[in-house]
Amino acid sequence: MEQSLEYLIKQLPYGDGFLFADEILAIDSEQISGEFHFHKGLNFYESHFQDHPVTPGVILIECCAQIGLACFGIYLSTMAHEAQKTETNQAFALVASDMEFFSPVYPGTKVRVSAQKEYFRFGKLKVKVKMENEKGELICKGTLAGMRGI
Amino acid sequence: MKDHPHYNTLRELIAPYLPEDVSLDSLQPDSNLISELNINSSHLVDLVLDIEDQYDIRLEDTEMQQMQTVTDALHLIDNKLKAKES
Repeated sequence: MEQSLEYLIKQLPYGDGFLFADEILAIDSEQISGEFHFHKGLNFYESHFQDHPVTPGVILIECCAQIGLACFGIYLSTMAHEAQKTETNQAFALVASDMEFFSPVYPGTKVRVSAQKEYFRFGKLKVKVKMENEKGELICKGTLAGMRGI
Repeated sequence: MKDHPHYNTLRELIAPYLPEDVSLDSLQPDSNLISELNINSSHLVDLVLDIEDQYDIRLEDTEMQQMQTVTDALHLIDNKLKAKES
C-alpha cells in the first residue's frame, strides 16, 4: 500500500497547541515509531511548574497516544478498509491507559515513541508503547488502547 | 436458557466487565450487554476476545454486531462450535 507517513499526522484532528507528533519514522502492520520535539515555547511550561518547567505526565501519555494509537490506528484501519473496499471513520479515542514513568522531560527534549501492536480487532487497537529521549533513556512505558469511531 | 451448557461459563466471562453498579445477579438470558448490563464498547471487544480464547473460535465484525444479548452470544458460540465440528 502506497501511503505517505506525513499524511498520517495530517489526519490527526488536533491544532498546533495540542499536536504532539512531528514525524512518523517507520510503520508496518505490527509497529510504529515517531518523534516529537517538546520545544521551549509550548504553553503549558508557563505554569507546569511555575519557575520549574517540566512536561506533564498526561501530555507524555497524549504524545504516546497520538503516535502509538491514533496514527497507528489510522494506518491499520486504512489497510483493513482498503482490503474490504469500504469507508472508514478514522477518528480514534483513547479508552484505556496503564503507564509508568521513569524520567522527566524538560523543555527542548526530542522524544521517540515506539508502539508494538497487541491486537487490532473490532475497531479496538491495543499497543505496548514506550517513549525514549535522544540518548535512548526510557521516559515512560506501558499499554494503551483506543477505539475507532466513538 | 440458563440451563444452556455454556451459560455459566459465559456468565463468568462477562463478570469482570460489569460496571460496579451492575450486579452479576442481574444478568439474565435476555439481558442486553450494552444497554442493560452497561458493558462499554471497549470492554465488549475484550469480552469477545475472551470468548474466542475460551472456545477456540473466531468471530467476525458483523457477528459481534449481532451479539446484542446473552442469548445471542450463546447462539453464536453454538453456531461457531458446530461449524468447527463439521
